[in-house]
Amino acid sequence: MSVRPKAHTLGPKPPFWRDRAKRALLFQVLLIAAVAAFLLYIIGNTQDNLAARGITTGFGFLDRTAGFGIGQSLIEYSSQSTYGRTFVVGLLNTLLVSALGVIAATIIGFIVGIARLSPNWLIARLASGYIEIFRNIPLLLQIFFWYFAVLRAMPAARDSYSLGEVIFLNVRGLYLPEPLFESGFGLIPLTFVVAIVASIALVIWNKRRHEATGKRLPAGWISLALILGLPMLVLVATGVPVTWDVPELRGFNFRGGITIIPEFLALWLALSIYTASFIAEIVRSGIQAIPHGQTEAAQALSLPQKLVLRLVVVPQALRVIIPPLTSQYLNLIKNSSLATAIGYPDLVSVFAGTTLNQTGQAIEVISMTMAVYLIISLLVSMFMNWFNARVALVER
Amino acid sequence: MTEQATKAGNETPMVEMRGVNKWYGDFHVLRDIDLEVKRGERIVICGPSGSGKSTLIRCINHLEEHQAGEIVVGGIPLTQDVKRIEQIRRNVGMVFQHFNLFPHLTVLENCCLAPMWVQKKPRREAEEQAMRYLERVRIAEQARKYPGQLSGGQQQRVAIARSLCMHPEVMLFDEPTSALDPEMIKEVLDVMVELANEGMTMLCVTHEMGFAKTVADRVIFMDQGQIIEENAPEPFFNNPQSERTQLFLSQILGH
Amino acid sequence: MTVQHKMIEARPAPGNTVGPIAWLRINLFSGPVNTVFTLLGLYLLYVLLTPTIQWAFINADWVGTSRDDCSREGACWVFVNARLTQFIYGLYPRTELWRVNIVFATFAVLIAWLAIPRLPLKRWVALATLVAFPVFAFFLLYGGYFGLRVVETHRWGGLMLTLILAVVGMVAALPIGILLALGRRSQMPIVKSFCVVFIEFWRGVPLITILFMASVMLPLFLPTGVSVDRLVRALIGITLFQSAYMAEVIRGGLQAIPRGQEEAAAALGMGYWMRMGLIVLPQALKMMIPGIVNTFISLFKDTTLVMIIGLFDLLGIVQAALSDSRWLGFALEGYVFAAFMFWIFCFSMSRYSQYLERKLHTGHKR
Repeated sequence: MSVRPKAHTLGPKPPFWRDRAKRALLFQVLLIAAVAAFLLYIIGNTQDNLAARGITTGFGFLDRTAGFGIGQSLIEYSSQSTYGRTFVVGLLNTLLVSALGVIAATIIGFIVGIARLSPNWLIARLASGYIEIFRNIPLLLQIFFWYFAVLRAMPAARDSYSLGEVIFLNVRGLYLPEPLFESGFGLIPLTFVVAIVASIALVIWNKRRHEATGKRLPAGWISLALILGLPMLVLVATGVPVTWDVPELRGFNFRGGITIIPEFLALWLALSIYTASFIAEIVRSGIQAIPHGQTEAAQALSLPQKLVLRLVVVPQALRVIIPPLTSQYLNLIKNSSLATAIGYPDLVSVFAGTTLNQTGQAIEVISMTMAVYLIISLLVSMFMNWFNARVALVER
Repeated sequence: MTEQATKAGNETPMVEMRGVNKWYGDFHVLRDIDLEVKRGERIVICGPSGSGKSTLIRCINHLEEHQAGEIVVGGIPLTQDVKRIEQIRRNVGMVFQHFNLFPHLTVLENCCLAPMWVQKKPRREAEEQAMRYLERVRIAEQARKYPGQLSGGQQQRVAIARSLCMHPEVMLFDEPTSALDPEMIKEVLDVMVELANEGMTMLCVTHEMGFAKTVADRVIFMDQGQIIEENAPEPFFNNPQSERTQLFLSQILGH
Repeated sequence: MTVQHKMIEARPAPGNTVGPIAWLRINLFSGPVNTVFTLLGLYLLYVLLTPTIQWAFINADWVGTSRDDCSREGACWVFVNARLTQFIYGLYPRTELWRVNIVFATFAVLIAWLAIPRLPLKRWVALATLVAFPVFAFFLLYGGYFGLRVVETHRWGGLMLTLILAVVGMVAALPIGILLALGRRSQMPIVKSFCVVFIEFWRGVPLITILFMASVMLPLFLPTGVSVDRLVRALIGITLFQSAYMAEVIRGGLQAIPRGQEEAAAALGMGYWMRMGLIVLPQALKMMIPGIVNTFISLFKDTTLVMIIGLFDLLGIVQAALSDSRWLGFALEGYVFAAFMFWIFCFSMSRYSQYLERKLHTGHKR
C-alpha cells in the first residue's frame, strides 16, 4: 500500500467540538471534573461538619470497648469486647440467617413452584395462592407479623408449647436439645467423609462404565444409602456415644439445650417464606420456558418420563432459572438487614445501629457496612456467573 | 451541501474512495479500495458473503468507520467532523436488507420523521411530499397503516420512499431483496429500475443479476475485501476476466 | 337388507367424559397419588381457612368506639375503624383532608387513563403524570400558596406518605435511570464505567443502609448550617436506589431494539439524541412498561423501610398505633389491615403488568 493522505487529515480541520474523537474525550474529561468537584465539595463540607462536632475520623474506634451485650453470638462476645468484635459478630449473624434463609427458601420455592404446575387442580391453586399472597405483602410487614403477632404472643415459659417434652416453644424462643458428644464419636464424622468419597468414586465409575458398556447402576440410591447408612451403622456399633442435653424448666426460664431467639426465628421464617414465593415463580417460568416440543421429541425417542426430565428438561430449565435465582439470593441477603427493625443482632443492627449511635463515626460505619454487602454481592455474582458459564457451555 | 455541490460542478464524482482500508480487530475487511462513482451512475456490487461489499457501502455514510484512505461524498470529505457526517448522511439515502422501518410509527410518519426533525419542514409540507413518494412506490393507500401490517415487499418499498423523502443525491442499497419472498422481489426491483431510469446515482449490493444487466453502468465484483473486477455489465457477464469472478458467476447462474 | 325407519334421538355423552363429576375425576382424583394430594390439600384448606374465617368475620366485632366493644373472641376491627383516618392520612390536619383527597382523586384519574388501553392522548397524560402532577400535588399538600395553610412534612403519614414516597421515587428515578442506561451502553469508556459502578453500587447494598446513609451521612455532606427535611432525605435515598434498578430495566428494553433501527435513523441524518428520543426510546419504553411496573411494585413494598428512620408510612403508623395504651393487644388486626392494603395495591399492579406482558407477546407474533 502506497503512502496516502489519511482521510482524517483531509480538508479544513473542524473545530474541536465537532470532531468525534475529541468530543468524546472532552465529554469524559468534563464528567471526571464534575465528579471530582462534587467529591471535593462533599469532602470539604464533611470535614467542616466533623470538626464542628468534634468527631475525629479514622478506624481507631474499632479497638475501643463496645460496652453493650448482644443476644446471639456465634463467637465469644461480652460487653467488654471491642467494636471490631461487634462488627464480626454482626457479620456472622447476618451470614447465618442468610445461609439458612437461602436453604429454606430454595426448598420451599422449588416445592411450591413444581406444585404450581401440578396436574392436580387443587394443588396448583394452593401453590398459586401461596405465591400471590406472600409476594405481594411487604417483607417488613411479614417480619413484624411473625415477631409481634406470632412469637411475641407465645405463652410464658411455664406454659410453653412442647413437642415430646424435648422441644419447647415460648415467648423467649425455641428450645432444642443439644447433642453432647462422648469420646469415640469422632469415628462418625470420619465414616461420613468416607461414605461421601466412596459415593463420588461410585458415581464416576458408574459414568465410565455406562459410557463403555452402556450398563448403569442406580448410583444415586446406592450413594444415598451409603451416606446415610454407613454412619448409622457405626453409630449403633459404637454404642451411640451421644447424650442429649434436654432443656429443662428451672424457675422462670429454661436451662440447657440450644436456644433459638425469637428474633432469629421471625426473621428466618419471613425471609424464607417471602423469598420462596419469588423462587417458586422463577422455577415455574423456568420449567414452562422449555418448549413442549422438547418433551415430545424426547418421548418420541422412547426415553422414559424420568429421563425426559433429567436429561432434557431440567438441564435446560436450570439455565433459565439460575440467573434470576441468583438475584433472589442476593435480595435475601440484603433483606436480612431488616433484622434491625425487630432487634435481631445482624450487621446493620449492631454495627450501623448501636455502634454508630454510640461512636458517631457515621462515615466509617456506613462505609464498612455497605462494603460488606457489596463484597458479598460481588462474590455471589462471580460464583454464579462461573456456574452459569459452565451450565451454558454444556449445550453449545 | 447543495451549494457546495453545485459549486463543485457536475464534473466532480459523487462518491470518491481512495485507498480505503478497514479492519475489524485483526481482520482486514476492506483492502485498498479505489472507487469513483460519477453523478447519475448506477453501480452494482456483488461477491460472496463476507467479501466486504456491505461494509464498503456502509462506509460511505459512516455507519462503519474506515481506518485509512479517504472518502469524499458530493465534494465533502468524510472525516471525524460530526457536522459533516450528518451533512453527508442527509444527502445519502440507504435501504437496508431488513427494511428497518420504525415499527412504532405509521408508514406516513416513517416518511415524515426525518424531513420534519432533520430538515425542519412543517408537517403539512412533509406529509404532502411523503404522499407523493409513497404514490411513486405505489403504496400510498397504506399510508396510515403500521409497518407490521405490511408484507415484506411493501415494507421495502416504504423504506425506499422514506429515503427519497430526504431528496438524497445518492442511494445505497444493501441487499434490498435478499430478505424477501420470491414473489415480492419483483415489486421492489421495479421501483429500483424506475429510480435508476430517472437518473438517480445508485450503489446496489445485490445478487439480482437480471437487475444488474438491465440498469447497471458498471458491475463490481468483490472478494476478500478487494475489488477483483470492475466492468460494464455486458463484458462482465459474458467475458469475465478473473478466475474468481468466473467461479462466482458459475455458482450463482449455474442452475 | 335392513331399513331403519326410526330416527335415533341425540343422547348426552356418557357421564365419565363431561360434566362436573368428570372434571373432578380428571383434575382431582386421577389416580391414587393424586387423590391423596387432593385430600391433603382439602385438609390443609380446612385447617387454615376455618379458624381464619371465624376470627376475621364470624366472631369479629365491627362497630364501637373503644376496646370494651370487643369480645376478644375474634378480630377487633373496631380498632382499625377508630384509627382509619390516621392510617390513611397520618397526622394531616383533619380540616385540610380535602387537599389530600383531591390529590388522590387526580392521581386515580391519571392512572386509570394510562391503564385503560382504549383512551387516547396517552403520551400527554403520561407527561402530565410525570411532570405536572408531582408539582401540583406538592403545592396542594404542602400549601403556603393561594391562601392554603402550610402543612409540615412531619405531619404527613399513613397510606398517603407511602404513595408519595413510591410515586416521587419512581418519577425522579425514571430520567436518571434512562441516562444511566444510555451511559452504560456508551462507547466512551469513562462514561460507561462511571454508569456501571454507579448502578452496581446502589444495587449491591441494602436499601436500609442507603436510608441510614441518607439520614446520617447526608447532613454531613452539606455545608454547615444547611439542613434538609427528613422526608426529602429519605426521598433522595429512595431515588438513588430506584434509579439503579430502573436503569437495568431500561437497559433490558434498549437491548431488545434491533441495531438496524438506530442505523436507519443515522442513515437519515439524525444525531444521537434525535435517534434516541425519536426512534429507540419510544419503542423501548413501550416494551419496558411491564418491567417498570414490577420495579414499582418492589419500590411500593420497600417504602415500608422508611419507618426505620422515623417516618410514619402506612406500616409505621400502624406499628405506632399498636403501642397506644388504649388499644394494646391488637397487633394482628393492625398487621392484617396493613397487609390487606398493600396486597390490594401490589396484586392489582402485578396482574396489570402480566396482562401487558401477554399483550406485548401477542403483538410480536403478528
